[in-house]
Amino acid sequence: MTSPYPFAAIFGILIVALTIASGLIWIERRLLALWQDRYGPNRVGPFGLLQVLADTIKLLAKEDWIPPFADKPVFIIAPAIIMITVLMSFAVIPIAPGIIISDLNIALLFFLAMSSLGVYSIVLAGWSSDNKYSLLGGVRAAAQMLSYEVFMGLSLMGVVLLSGSFDLVDIVHAQRKIWFIIPQFLGFVLFLIAGLAETRRLPFDLPEAESELVAGFHSEYSGMKFGMFFVGEYLGVTLISAMITILFFGGWMGPVLPPIVWFLLKMFFFIGVFILMRASLPRPRFDQLMAWAWKLMLPLALANLLVTGAVVLAFFH
Amino acid sequence: MNVIAFYIAAAIAVLTTVLVITRKNAVQALLYLAVSLISVAVIFYDLGAPFMAALEVIIYAGSIIVLFIFVVMMLNLGKRATEAESKLLHARMWIGPIILAGILIAELAYLLAQGNTRVGAAHVIPPRDVGLALYRPYLLGVEISSMLLMGALVGAYHLGWHKQRKPETQDANREHATSPDAGRGPVRTGSGRTVGAP
Repeated sequence: MTSPYPFAAIFGILIVALTIASGLIWIERRLLALWQDRYGPNRVGPFGLLQVLADTIKLLAKEDWIPPFADKPVFIIAPAIIMITVLMSFAVIPIAPGIIISDLNIALLFFLAMSSLGVYSIVLAGWSSDNKYSLLGGVRAAAQMLSYEVFMGLSLMGVVLLSGSFDLVDIVHAQRKIWFIIPQFLGFVLFLIAGLAETRRLPFDLPEAESELVAGFHSEYSGMKFGMFFVGEYLGVTLISAMITILFFGGWMGPVLPPIVWFLLKMFFFIGVFILMRASLPRPRFDQLMAWAWKLMLPLALANLLVTGAVVLAFFH
Repeated sequence: MNVIAFYIAAAIAVLTTVLVITRKNAVQALLYLAVSLISVAVIFYDLGAPFMAALEVIIYAGSIIVLFIFVVMMLNLGKRATEAESKLLHARMWIGPIILAGILIAELAYLLAQGNTRVGAAHVIPPRDVGLALYRPYLLGVEISSMLLMGALVGAYHLGWHKQRKPETQDANREHATSPDAGRGPVRTGSGRTVGAP
């Protein structure tokens, strides 16, 4: 069921994803301002909409400085890795019937593989900068993302058991009767938390905790290299929101409105949830973060898998 | 099976594996190893084993190598480590590996000469078949490896766990009191900076 016009699909999804990701910078700042009782960027263009454009021009015009003590090739490749891995994941996302770049039969595993490769970007950025704060950020990122990846995969296995496939299109079709949010509520909560940790959004932004690590792994980055980390983070938020929509909320399915509108509505709802989390939750200590992952989330994910497996075996076999 | 894709991936795998051996900087060597593992994943996919390909990337490239890099980052290897490494890589070091690799190449040439050139699975193996194979004929192997992993986990826990002996400040001070050149342990390959100095 791959799109009949592959190049149109590739460029369409690429442009839309990048536009949404950079637009999110403005949306996030406005929403945060709303929730914190202030205005946010409202000077450039109508409602401050052109703020993103102004920021992009600023980033492009800035001096792109590579510190002389940095490991140059690794320093340059690190921001590219995050963009590549996240954009590659968008290739397997079914947005609406027919709007998909590659209908891979292991799409879910492909998504997990790409998100596990994304760790390299942060770790290498931290290591190649040869700066104490960057290195600490990189070390934190490696530990955090590896730990949360473990139960991110496990939390999705319930969905795989219920739909009997790793193919995202099949998973959406399997939700015709009931969205997986109801039988897999625990899986959804676990995936949401793991997704927050994988994208390093605020409750879990310890790799760049500005109150303790300057800017963490990207302290030494400037200009568009920093911009790539910045956009990469918002692309990650978009990707995780799209994955939640597909895996737990029936993807493009919904009454009256066309499928693509339903998909975007659901996706933007979860992007809003991500921003609300940032506005409302404090940052945990690092040992709390790790203990939370291994002592609470992992057993819960395993229990969810066990119970789902037993139910599927008993009633649907 | 796409032959061109196979040869490109295979060439990248061989090249990066050679680079892994010859790099003197540990992190760069590990990065080449990651690329090598990813190209092996491409070969798996090309041979009709998409499930294996995904697992190769998730487990080897995405987790194990990241853990290696994590450890290397913690070791603070600097110029000295690179120098120690370059001393290891002299001409005589290569004799043993070359003999072993030569035997393998001779074996391969013998097999190719016999006409065993049929390569690759003709059909794609879905994840379902992998699961069925693992949990039916090879169930014992899965159980044994799970026991092995459990043993490793208990061992790691035992090594990591220690009684609260003294207040933490004493441990931290001991680290500061020893100069980096005091030569405790086998070879200390730090950056030469005194610990705690800016």
